[in-house]
Amino acid sequence: MTRLITAVVIGAIFGIGLAIAGMLNPSKVVGFLDIFGDWDPSLALVMGGGVLVNAIGLRFVLKRKTPIQSAKFLLPTASRIDKPLVLGSVIFGIGWGLAGLCPGPVVASLLLNGTAMLPFFGMLIAGLLAGRIIMRRVGA
Amino acid sequence: MTIAWASFTPLSAFLGGCLIGLAALLLMAFQGRVMGISGILGGLFGAASSGDRTWRLAFLLGVVGGPIAWQAVTKAPIVWQAVATGPQFYIAAFLVGLGTAIGSGCTSGHGICGLARFSPRSFVAVMAFMTSAVATVAIVNHI
Repeated sequence: MTRLITAVVIGAIFGIGLAIAGMLNPSKVVGFLDIFGDWDPSLALVMGGGVLVNAIGLRFVLKRKTPIQSAKFLLPTASRIDKPLVLGSVIFGIGWGLAGLCPGPVVASLLLNGTAMLPFFGMLIAGLLAGRIIMRRVGA
Repeated sequence: MTIAWASFTPLSAFLGGCLIGLAALLLMAFQGRVMGISGILGGLFGAASSGDRTWRLAFLLGVVGGPIAWQAVTKAPIVWQAVATGPQFYIAAFLVGLGTAIGSGCTSGHGICGLARFSPRSFVAVMAFMTSAVATVAIVNHI
């Protein structure tokens, strides 16, 4: 039970962070991506702040033998820079640029703007499942 | 290129970013998990155990509820201006899901978590999605 409460609280910190950062506003996100137009550099500081806090903290956290509430650290094991990594990321970037929404903000604004985000969320899940099927087919 | 000083919000962007990084750090410290939203969502549909599914749902519940609570407490509406409508909106959503599943991560997993671990794979992924997102916006807005 305490594990679930921790998960809810951490999720809420993430969601509030996104809201404060301006990441829940697609127009602001696109303003950041629009480097050839009227460029709003704000989101570089979102990424900068996030990576900074996480990188410094991880130096201490990963010195522990185990996480506080579970048996082991589940760090990604893949290290090869392969075609799916690059191709998938390029496809994601196109979607991100078209709508100014990446998965975190989609979830964080799911119930914020009436039902506007629900169809986006549905199509995102459809894409996710399609991607998983493709990856299983190609055996990756 | 011109800088949109009027919409530049360095303080709130940095502060919000630090909270996002803190959340990623706490999830690793407490549960040993990478805070990648596409991965956490995707894992809901796998053959995972019910316990595995429960923490994912608990985390996502917090992500959905956090901004709602924040808005209620601060009484300041969270600004939301859509950029895509109609087919572009749906195609974008599908591509975001598809791309993050194939590329095994998004802005949170590869960006906030991968870069903080100095993962070369995540560095390449971030370069790839930043480049294609910038190119997409350039084409949509300026061509």
